[in-house]
Amino acid sequence: MSAAVAAAEPVVRLRGAGRRFGDAVVLEGVDLDIAPGEFVAVLGHSGSGKTTLLRLLAGLDRGFTGDVASGSAPAVVFQDPRLLPWRTALENVALGLRGPDPEGRARAALGEVGLRGREDAWPRQLSGGQRQRVALARALVREPDLLLLDEPFSALDALTRISAQELVSELWRRHRPAVLLVTHDVEEALLLADRTLLIDGGRIAYDERLDLPRPRRRDDPELVARRTDLLARLGVHDHDPKEPR
Amino acid sequence: MATTSPAATAPLAAAPSRGPLRVRLSPRVLSPLAILALWQLASVTGVLPERTLEAPSVILATAWELTTTGELPEALLVSLRRAMAGLAIGTAAALVLGTIAGLTRVGDAVVDPPMQMIRTLPLFGLVPLFILWFGIGETPKVALVALGVVIPLYLNLVAALRGIDPDLREVATTLRLTRVEQVRHVIAPGAMPGALVGFRQSLGVAWLALIVAEQINASEGLGYMINNARDFLRTDVIVVGLLAYAALGLITDAIVRAFERRALRWRADGGRP
Repeated sequence: MSAAVAAAEPVVRLRGAGRRFGDAVVLEGVDLDIAPGEFVAVLGHSGSGKTTLLRLLAGLDRGFTGDVASGSAPAVVFQDPRLLPWRTALENVALGLRGPDPEGRARAALGEVGLRGREDAWPRQLSGGQRQRVALARALVREPDLLLLDEPFSALDALTRISAQELVSELWRRHRPAVLLVTHDVEEALLLADRTLLIDGGRIAYDERLDLPRPRRRDDPELVARRTDLLARLGVHDHDPKEPR
Repeated sequence: MATTSPAATAPLAAAPSRGPLRVRLSPRVLSPLAILALWQLASVTGVLPERTLEAPSVILATAWELTTTGELPEALLVSLRRAMAGLAIGTAAALVLGTIAGLTRVGDAVVDPPMQMIRTLPLFGLVPLFILWFGIGETPKVALVALGVVIPLYLNLVAALRGIDPDLREVATTLRLTRVEQVRHVIAPGAMPGALVGFRQSLGVAWLALIVAEQINASEGLGYMINNARDFLRTDVIVVGLLAYAALGLITDAIVRAFERRALRWRADGGRP
């Protein structure tokens, strides 16, 4: 499936990747290629191994087995913004930034996520959505070839989440990093991603492309059909009946 | 007097233009003022003999006299110098030991057990040993202050370093910060609130240790002034000396708090722990 897209050298290349914590096998035999600029969403139940996959790609987890080649400069946005509370919004974005004029670039990145004028705000002075946008600016200003998003919208309220999703979609269009978005939300995956993976029991159980023009509509018939199918799959392969989606 | 004062301050408390701090503080001044007034009254009427305690007015005059003769400023400077020397040595030692124990596993295993042992020693019980070791000059005084300073700062610093949010250290990894950048942007600011709490405790201990150390056998400084006054039954000079200690403690604490407010201004509460 991914071979069709992988004209250029893939940004991510996993072969037989696995991870176990003690006796628990969290990931096993994962093969995955992600092409430059490709937007991939990863769905799965809690504990299915999707966050483990992301941490492996982020270089935060060295305890894996198999072959893992991940982006040369991956950037991560976590579920919570993880800003340094003692640094201003601008300083957080510019943190560790190399190259010419880090402050100017950080300023531009904050402007891009709609936070012009909030450069000198402390994180505590920003709303949850604004903080997550600072985190997004902090990731994007590094011009990553791979952007890893670990359920970045799950802590936001419904309205803020929609605008944050639109922002990510817009930023991806402009900068074209490869994206791996880990999410619980089937609709979110289908609205944003070129390709949706489903991880179940530590393996990739589903890997399909969705070639719909953007911006996508939630009520697009194909999207709705795909959502129904995916939800059914999540229901059928249910190892954790507590959480139907 | 005590009955008229509340009426006199009532408009002050009601005035909306005053800051909330002023309104809250002003009634609290009343009882100390009343005590001073009673004290003065007791002294004037002879109920409180001057051998026990001089009148506030006499103490004020003595303070002025000691200041103009230069005796008080000189003694104050000597004591301040001792406290600052001990504070500097103790702080430096606590920062080095605390950083080693707080950031490295080996350091923790090597440094922490002896520090926990020292912690249990009664500081002022060491005075006789210090005299035997260091004599009765400046060294035992500064050493006692330094030892008193080390422990609170060390303990708080280690706890603060261990308590740094691991999520933020992970962010430092994903942003590929260098070791120096990690210390500067994550570790030092992350440990700052706890370290400052420890430093303020250390400062308090420093003055306490100094007062005890200056009883040893001082030939200059506030302790010497107080001991001398005892021999001449000058309760007024003793009280002036005590007030000078208190003033030094308050002023240095205020300086640290001002620094704290600036260093921790990213907090909602303006730096209060």
